[in-house]
Amino acid sequence: MTTIPSNLRRVLRREPRVRPSTEPVAAPPERVEAPPVEIAPNDPLVAYFSGATGAVDIGALQLDSPALEGLREAGIKLVVPLVSQGELIGLLNLGPRRSEQEYSADDRKLLNDLAGHAAPAVRVAQLVREQEAEVRQRERIEQELRVAQLIQQQFLPEELPDLAGWQFAAFYGPAREVGGDFYDFIKLPEGQIGIVVGDVTDKGVPAALVMATTHSVLRAEAPRLVAPSEVLTRVNNLLVDEMPAHMFVTCLYAVLNPETGQLRYANAGHNVPYVSTEGGVTELRATGMPLGLLPEMEYEEKEATLAPGDTVLLHSDGLAEAHNTSREMFGFPRVAALTGEASDGEVLIDRLLKELQDFVGPELEQEDDITLVTLGRRAAGGGPAAPEAPGPAGAERQLASFEVASEPGNERLAIDQVAEAVDGLGLDGPRLERLKTAVGEATMNAIEHGNGNRPELPVGVSVVADDTDVKVRITDQGGERALPEVETPDLEAKLAGLQTPRGWGLFLIQNMVDALETAVDEQHHTIELVMHLKEAPDARS
Amino acid sequence: MPGAEFGAEVRSHDSTGVIDLRGEINLGADQALLAAYERAAQDDPRTVVLNFASVDYINSTGIALIVGLLARARKEHRTVRAFGLSEHYRQIFAITRLSDFMGIYADEDSAVTATVST
Repeated sequence: MTTIPSNLRRVLRREPRVRPSTEPVAAPPERVEAPPVEIAPNDPLVAYFSGATGAVDIGALQLDSPALEGLREAGIKLVVPLVSQGELIGLLNLGPRRSEQEYSADDRKLLNDLAGHAAPAVRVAQLVREQEAEVRQRERIEQELRVAQLIQQQFLPEELPDLAGWQFAAFYGPAREVGGDFYDFIKLPEGQIGIVVGDVTDKGVPAALVMATTHSVLRAEAPRLVAPSEVLTRVNNLLVDEMPAHMFVTCLYAVLNPETGQLRYANAGHNVPYVSTEGGVTELRATGMPLGLLPEMEYEEKEATLAPGDTVLLHSDGLAEAHNTSREMFGFPRVAALTGEASDGEVLIDRLLKELQDFVGPELEQEDDITLVTLGRRAAGGGPAAPEAPGPAGAERQLASFEVASEPGNERLAIDQVAEAVDGLGLDGPRLERLKTAVGEATMNAIEHGNGNRPELPVGVSVVADDTDVKVRITDQGGERALPEVETPDLEAKLAGLQTPRGWGLFLIQNMVDALETAVDEQHHTIELVMHLKEAPDARS
Repeated sequence: MPGAEFGAEVRSHDSTGVIDLRGEINLGADQALLAAYERAAQDDPRTVVLNFASVDYINSTGIALIVGLLARARKEHRTVRAFGLSEHYRQIFAITRLSDFMGIYADEDSAVTATVST
């Protein structure tokens, strides 16, 4: 169907019918733009103009056409269709002649010639403008994709949990048009760990922003509430007011107790996780609505105990709902079957991705984000099942004992001497760095809080080791002062200027070492930093 | 007192303010870090990139200084990114959640390129 570009529908110029009597004679003729006339694509006038061979006298036309009425009301007398390559691309509309005479045959011929020359030029201008608009649109989309990817990257964990006796693995593969997948691991009280896999409906920046909000809310609420059902209820209530229309978040939240293998979980409409066990593949089913749809939702909470050798797979839609060129779906049964065949989480992820690639083929672009997270309890012999399992007791041997004066900066002396003392114990690089940081922070605390920065009061440092652990004891003269409860600093509040930026020392110490003890007497306060000499092999990151 | 004194140089890379940090980030770095940020912010860049490649020690006070810098940048609607962190300090930035608010990159080009594309 022939359509008239809207920009040309508005090109209407005519002269006034009557020159105002007060206008000076010498003044240039005034040009007035007539009001725009909208012409619907299905108006009969369009078909008429498309077939016209030259200028059309509006007054003589007999058509049941709203556009024709519009042109008359706008004072249009003559219309010259602009046709390029058989397509009506615009109209040249003229009001009455200033002489108030009718348009002559010469006028019409001149206008037809003008239209014949102008039409191709106008068409070229239209095409250029359309192309420019397309380029701008493409650039905007590409920019949005980059922004969405950046947001997404910011919220994915950089490291996997490092727990003796457990293996974690994760994979996140964004689609070109980034979806809203996310996963996270959250440290919880008493050595527990929260595991999150979620998927925001929609794609691009809106999905990424909702993902970021959900991530932040989960991070804030999980350590406080812990219980998966309570966490999802709370997160849902916080999100429901903020959620844009037609968007919601599916989310599986599980809490692992690494010592017992107990896994508590709740599910807000996310894919059901599979567990590979000795007896076959089982599902972790729990009911619950997606987050952000309705307030005051309750979430069923279930519990499973993972035995040594068990592996759990948490997965997003992008895997099971991927299609091949025949529009067949990869499917949940296939995911479940592959889960049962893999020996561990890393192998499982590699296998799933390989099978998916073979299924989809090289031609098709990935439809949706793919997120895979596994947690596996190592089989007996693959590492200690409990992180705090004591090793065989051996006699402690003293590696070093020294003092540093209570002056700011002297923690570096303590760090260097402790590092020298433990050299040869076989601590790997990362563990040594963590111990050094913990020693530095504990010594700083002793200098500042225990000894009040008084140089005459020494900080004592003792380093001992047995067959399994190295222990660094740092003693100040602060006497009976209780070790404050270690709290996770509220970074958001600090960044908002609501709290001092300081207050990281004790939190850092706790996160650097495997155990933290204190001992006090009337005069002395000792903090003992315990680091296991060996750690279970790292899960891949 | 052992350890290298803190220092900071400011330069521009593709309209991004880059602060090359060196030495120890501890209490003694307070004024120099603040001054470096202010120099970097003079041209009102959208992003400031911190280069930690020559930093050999950051203690909890140093973390607090970085939090303070980040808070100020956010108040001024500036993004802060970082590169050159050792694996150990990457872990600390993750534990403290600084990396939730500050993009951590492997090298300067990645940090600046990511900045340009925002």
